[in-house]
Amino acid sequence: MCDEDLSAEYELQIIDVLENPQMAEDDRILATPTLIKQLPLPLRRIIGDLSDKEKVLLGLEVRAAPASTSQQKKDS
Amino acid sequence: MTVPDQRLNGRDAVQKLPTGIPSFDVIAKGRLPRNRTTLISGTAGSGKTVFAMQFLAASIRDGSEPGVFVTFEESSADIRQNMRSFGWDLAAWEREGKLAFVDASPDPEVETIESGSFDLGALLARVENAVRKVGAKRVSVDSLGAMFSQFSDQSLVRRELFRIAWALKHMGVTAVLTAERVNDYGPIARFGVEEFIADNVMVLRNVLEAENRRRTIEILKFRGTDHAKGEYPFTIVPETGLVVIPLSAIRLRQKSSDIRISSGNADLDKMCGGGFFRDSVILVSGATGTGKTLTVTQFLEGGAKAGDRCLLLAFEESREQLFRNASGWGVDFEQMERDGVLRVVCDYPEVNGLEDWLIQIQSIVTEFKPKRVALDSLSALERLGGNKPFREFVIGMTSFIKQQEITGLFTSTTASLMGGTSITEAHISTLTDSIILLRYVEMFGEMKRGLTVLKMRGSIHDKDIREFNIDQAGMQIGRAFRHVTGILAGTPVHISPTDIERIWSMFEADIERKTGQPAG
Repeated sequence: MCDEDLSAEYELQIIDVLENPQMAEDDRILATPTLIKQLPLPLRRIIGDLSDKEKVLLGLEVRAAPASTSQQKKDS
Repeated sequence: MTVPDQRLNGRDAVQKLPTGIPSFDVIAKGRLPRNRTTLISGTAGSGKTVFAMQFLAASIRDGSEPGVFVTFEESSADIRQNMRSFGWDLAAWEREGKLAFVDASPDPEVETIESGSFDLGALLARVENAVRKVGAKRVSVDSLGAMFSQFSDQSLVRRELFRIAWALKHMGVTAVLTAERVNDYGPIARFGVEEFIADNVMVLRNVLEAENRRRTIEILKFRGTDHAKGEYPFTIVPETGLVVIPLSAIRLRQKSSDIRISSGNADLDKMCGGGFFRDSVILVSGATGTGKTLTVTQFLEGGAKAGDRCLLLAFEESREQLFRNASGWGVDFEQMERDGVLRVVCDYPEVNGLEDWLIQIQSIVTEFKPKRVALDSLSALERLGGNKPFREFVIGMTSFIKQQEITGLFTSTTASLMGGTSITEAHISTLTDSIILLRYVEMFGEMKRGLTVLKMRGSIHDKDIREFNIDQAGMQIGRAFRHVTGILAGTPVHISPTDIERIWSMFEADIERKTGQPAG
């Protein structure tokens, strides 16, 4: 999805909450999996297995602003 | 010889933990069951969060067990601030590694979008991490219902809450979960599942009754262990938190002594057969202006003379009025205060609820250690709540006073000028050891005052209704009312001496006939 819709302009970090629960604590994550868009602002979270692609892209504001640059993903 | 069933003895029975809530342990017949989950259900403002935190604070403060607080509702920053009024420095405990927060409250700044299926594995991982980090033995979760509003899929939340409750049990911690309910009397919790997660269920109520809020706690179920049944009033006190008032758990085990103390009036002492008993509660009942406050003043002066410390709880008159009145009867309250034998607590009854008054009075008595306590008047407190809270207050107050070996003098105001009783008396008369009635007596267009000792438990007493006057030296008790009947009923009727002789001679004739001898 990243490659297709973000034209490979992204930075993605994957965190396993079971190995790294303190990071989940610091970011106040409840659900797994959670995708957090850190930049560009505003901060946004997308929870779930991202099966509803349209919703994900809308949430990432890819449709409105296709020039997204950085993402961070947490997964277990 | 029978061998006692080992399984019923200590080891296998449910172990219980202290909650840090005064008197809660009495109604829980022990404490909160160890390694179990307990659901606290209540409406908004019923004290759930305070209970959840107090449960942790109890063991953190005495250094025995660290705790974890999981919040779904308020942010951890808000909780840290709100709990300061109870004297709990959460931030310090966190620094010392005795407390950890898992803040799962909604973050209004971050928008969350749901796309596809998910679980709350991250939350569970955080709870486990926090428990491990501080070595927690106690976990509080506040509140389950808030979790349902954060996610759209209710059945998922339900499933995940079950998973978290199950995991808590297997972590070897004792957990307190809170849940909100819509009504004080109705379904236990809003989403109808919360109660199935827990082993034990307790309900906190905050009911509006006669324009006053009344808090009660009820233990609904304690799996595998005994508990007291029904609602018990509680109150939330600064510096302490929840305080439960276990009324029916108060046992009738007061000691009773035959030591007499002076009422402060020699004539009244004589009428009572030598003074009041120590460890007794005396009720003085009368209409407005009959001399109740004077009786109180004399009682306190009598105590001061004997070197006893006295406490006056005044709910009807201001401090200035009380002191002025006392000096009008030749009693110097100011000097008594300077000597440290008198303390006057003077306030509007409305500044507190009845439960709060009871707790506050108990703490004053515990600190000041008086030998005599006077309360003027119970009737002023009566308007604070319905019949039940008032009766509970009176029971709590009398039993507390008797256990402390204090002499208590309570006054009660009757509604009608002549005769009559008050609701106060209906509640308290069986609890008091002595009752003194002050009544107006109308005679030939003049109001006179009458006094009688109606009841004096464990002693003979004067049965006359005596006339008394009030002057600069206080109460002057005079002769008994003769030739008058119906004073207490409020309808005095004068009988001429010849009538009385005639009535007596009828009795004498009757006795003569039965015994065959002239009556002496």
